[in-house]
Formats: sequence, structure tokens, C-alpha cells
Amino acid sequence: MLDNLSLLIQAPLLNIQLLLDGLLIGAIFALAAYGLALVWGVMNVKNLAQGDFVIMGGYVGYWFSKNDIHPFFALPVAIVLMFAFGWLCYVTIIRRVIGRDIFTSLLATFGLALVLQQALNLIFGSDVQTAEAGFQTRFFFDGQVTVADTKFIALILAGALAACVVLFMKRSRMGKAIRATAQDARAARVLGVNTDRVYAFTFALNSAICGAAGVLVAMIWVIQPYYGIVHSIRSFIIVVFAGLGNLAGVIFGALFLGSAEQFSAFVFGAEFQVASVVCLLVLVLIYRQIQSARHRQVVE
Amino acid sequence: MKPSVIALYVGIILAGIAAPLVIPNYTFQIAVLWMMILFALTWDIMGGQMGYNSLGNIFFFGAGMYISAVVQIAQFAPVGEYTAAFGAYQVEFTEAEYFRGLFFGIIAAGIGAIVCAVILGACVFGLRGPYFAIGTLGLALAAAELVGGWEWVGGGGGISMPVYPGGPDVRSKFFYYIVFVLAISTFGFLRWLYTTRFGLAINAIRDNESKAEAMGIHTKRYKTAAWSIAAFFLGMVGAVFGNMVGFIEPLEVAFPTITFGIFMVAMSLLGGKGTLWGPVLGATLFHVIKELTWTYLLGWQWVALGAIIVVNVVFFQQGILGWAQDRWPEKFGVVVDPERQKAEAGAGGAQEAAR
Repeated sequence: MLDNLSLLIQAPLLNIQLLLDGLLIGAIFALAAYGLALVWGVMNVKNLAQGDFVIMGGYVGYWFSKNDIHPFFALPVAIVLMFAFGWLCYVTIIRRVIGRDIFTSLLATFGLALVLQQALNLIFGSDVQTAEAGFQTRFFFDGQVTVADTKFIALILAGALAACVVLFMKRSRMGKAIRATAQDARAARVLGVNTDRVYAFTFALNSAICGAAGVLVAMIWVIQPYYGIVHSIRSFIIVVFAGLGNLAGVIFGALFLGSAEQFSAFVFGAEFQVASVVCLLVLVLIYRQIQSARHRQVVE
Repeated sequence: MKPSVIALYVGIILAGIAAPLVIPNYTFQIAVLWMMILFALTWDIMGGQMGYNSLGNIFFFGAGMYISAVVQIAQFAPVGEYTAAFGAYQVEFTEAEYFRGLFFGIIAAGIGAIVCAVILGACVFGLRGPYFAIGTLGLALAAAELVGGWEWVGGGGGISMPVYPGGPDVRSKFFYYIVFVLAISTFGFLRWLYTTRFGLAINAIRDNESKAEAMGIHTKRYKTAAWSIAAFFLGMVGAVFGNMVGFIEPLEVAFPTITFGIFMVAMSLLGGKGTLWGPVLGATLFHVIKELTWTYLLGWQWVALGAIIVVNVVFFQQGILGWAQDRWPEKFGVVVDPERQKAEAGAGGAQEAAR
């Protein structure tokens, strides 16, 4: 561990490499986390199946590249498919847990996560997969820092998608209805917003965002049926860290998480990468707890 | 106690004692059934009676398993060398030494689990509602990953436990009876506990924590105590299960969050959480159905399991006993007096009208 740490100090370029990798992957975490914050804020459902939606999208990308179609074409397909799937989930499950106590939604989506990961495992097998995009790798600093072109393209696509979603929420009629419902569902209903449709659309939009993020994850990283839970935890870390309705916080949190993960994987060893993510979750929750305890004292 | 209730208890205990003698082929399965009952009962202390839905109670199961393994091994061999050899390390011990090690291992597992509960409780008990559930889920997942990377206790490769000195038949019966006694004593202890002041206090925390605190209940102490009780029994049964299986490993055996960890929640909900018999009923039903149908589902059993959880949570959350309580309230000591109900409704209506 200490050897790795001193290596980082002796070779500063290694830091740049890790940081770049972390930031590029973090941009994709931001997408899934934004979706989670959306659903959480609008319908107060904490979706533990978030990561499994990401992995489902990833398998769409994998299926395309396996059939010799470039995974970029998987992006719109994944968005449409996952949108429909999200709508289906809403109609069958999520509609019935809105407004119930919060543990219900958590456990119901956890059950959904189990169904999805096991179904994916049966369909695609438990091997680690990646969607081959077939781009070149760029070298910087005499080849000491390498970045695959796909990562840059994924970053641009992630940014474009995020911009589309944000614009949609700001400008479109449905986006306005979603924001109104998030502020006060009852008032929105009184003013003629069909909140049930808004909820369905929000959940479907979330799973479409996750699906797109999944294709990008499959292109620049690896997917496996059981990796979903870690993606869910990442989204939770980011949202709990940023708070609801805080877009800048989500982006910053995601970029920070991505690079923190790369550094800890390098320093402690790759087998501790998941452990460090989960430990970070516990730390963020404890930080929130201290903050809310202080808040309670101030209020009292 | 009514004679019929006493007869029921005696009947269950006799059936438990007789089971491995009558159907010896299923000894392991029935031992797991008792363990499931213990799981559901201990989850219900927090989830049902106190309103703190933990998704990570399995942590104590695994912690107990590893503590016991280390204690048992440490009396014959240096733990690091033993685990590094992956079962090739030859150790000689007498029967008395084995049982002494097992005894101290189980005791240490129970106590160690309590220590873990107190320390972790200090970290997570400020979290409420969904944050508590996610935080405890994180603890269980983190434990599996961290133990998997910890070479001293065998890492991901696991530990082969010391071999039981005796025939396989005697061995399975021996561990069966330990699990049986643990489950029965958990039930007896909780049955007593829920009638005491402690039971009332944790119910008050479930109903409204801030009010309970305002009424002078030291909520943090009660919460830690309730978690420690759950941890104590889970730790001990973890120690026994590790020895019963003979090989322990972090992801599938010690910290199986998505199997045993979620089973305990599902079983309590199925039977009816917040009741004494609900978890027992739920665990029995769940385990029997699982064992009967599992092999016919050809790999889709885990999908079916997730679907069962979803359906259970979304459509049938009150559970079997909760449903029965709604259906026949008189049988559960809830007095339904139509006259009085009408009078109360009338009074309420009058108050409404007065406003």
C-alpha cells in the first residue's frame, strides 16, 4: 500500500492518468445519479434497482457489438427500450408504492433489482463483458498517459445527453409539469396536471437515462449482471452527498467519486475498489447524520 | 397459559427433537429451517417491533462465523499460516479440544457480535428511515468485500474449519441440536422480552421516536440494546453454521446479503412483522415452499425469489398474521363492540359538526 503511495509521488504523471480515468468514468455516474435524484425528488421513491437499469442498458450495447453493429447505434435503441421498460415497471410496481411508507419502495425496488440481475445472469451468463467500440488510443507525455478515444466520445455523449435532459426539464411542457409535481403534487393535480402520467413519465425517463449511461459504461468499462448493486450505491452516494435538486452538486460529486475510486483502487489494490465505494457510502451517510443532528440542535 | 397453547409448544419441541431421528436424510434442511426462524425472529426485533428496517443484519451472522473460526483455529495453529494453506495445514487435536474450541468459539461469536453492534450502532443509529436501511446494507456489503481482501482470515479463498471428530451422522445431529436449541431459546427469550417494559419502549420508538424521547425513554440506549440482542443470537448461529458447513468464505457463506440477508426481511414480512409468531410462520412457510419448488424452476428460482419479494411487499405487506388480525380481530384480543364503535363515530361526527 505504502509502495503504491510512494509510486504516486515519484511518478506524478500516474496521478494524471488516474485522475483522467476517474473523471471520464465519473461523468457517466453523474447521469445515473441525476436520474435517481429526479425520481427521488419527484415521487419520493428511492430506486435500488437504478444500477440494474444501467447494466440492462449496458447489455443492449453488448448485444449490438456482439452482432457486429457499432455500439453507438445501441444508444437510441437502449433509450427507447429502457423508456418502455421503465413505464412498465411503473405501471406494475412503482405506482403501488408511491405514498406508502418509504421502506416499502426501497424493498420493492430491491426485489426488482434481484429479478433483473438474476434474469440478466440467466440470459447473458455471469462473464464480465464489454462492448467493443474499436477506436484508437491516444498517448500523451511520451505514452505515459493513455486515453482511449471512446472515453472522450463517451464523455461528449454523456454531456450532450445531460444537456438534453436539463433543457427538457426547463423548457418542455412535460418538464414543467414534472417540476410542478415535485414542488406540490396536490396543487399540481388541482391545476389540472395528470400526476399519474407525470410519475410514469418521470420513472420511464429515469430508466431511459440509466439505459443510455449503461451503453456508455459498456463501451468504456465492463459490465456483469451483479455489478448493478455497486452502480446503485454509487448513485446513492452522489445523491446523498449532493442533496436533491442540486445539479452542480451531482456533477461535482460524480466526478469526485469517479476519481476517488480510481485512486483507492490503485493505492489499496483493485480488489478493494468495491469495498472503498461502499465504505464511502457509509462515510457520506455518517456525514449527513452529523449535519442533520447539528441542524436539529439549531432548530431546537 | 391455555392448555392448547402449552400443547402447541410441547408439540413443536417434541417434533424438533424427533425430526432428525425420524427423517435423518433431511437433518441439514431442518437445521436450516430452524436457522431461518431465528433469522426472521431476530430481524423482527428491529424491523417489526422497533420500526428500524435493517437490510444488513446478515453482517452479524458473518462476523460471528469469522470470530468463531479464528478462536477455534487459534488454539491449535497460528491463524495466518492455517488459512494460507487452504486446508492443507495438518492439525492434531483431541475430541475434548475440539469441543472446547467450538464452545468458546460460539461464546466469543455472540460477544463479538454484541461488540460490533454497539460500535456500529454508534455510527448508524442517527440515520432514520430509508437512510438506515441503505446504511446497513452498505455495512453488510462492505464487510463482505473487506473480509474478501483480508489475507489473514483467508481472503476470498475462505477457511476450511477444523474437522469434527466423529462420524457424519453424529456430526449432523450434533449441529442440528445446537441450532435447534438456539432457535428455541431465541423464541423463548423474545417471548419474555416483548412482555416487559423493554418491549413497550421499543414499540414506542416504532410509533414515534421523537415523542418516545420526549416521554423520557433513552432511545439510543434501547436501540443499541435491541440491535445487540439481534446480533448476539445471529453471531452464535453464524458460528454454528460455519462449523456445520465446514468451509467458510466471505461472499456466499458468511455475508450472503442477497440470499439470507434479504430472506430474513422477506420471511418476517410474509408472516407479519411486529408479531411474535409472524416471523416463525413466515420462515417456515418460506423455507418449505422454497425447498419444495426450488429444483423445478431450472435456474429461474432467483428470479422467482425477487418476484415473491416484490409481490409480498407491494400487495401483501401486512403478512399472514396481519391479515388474520384484520379478518378476525376478536381472536387476537382486540375488542370490537359495535355499540361503542357507533357511539364513538357519533361523538366524532358531533365534534366535526361543532367545528
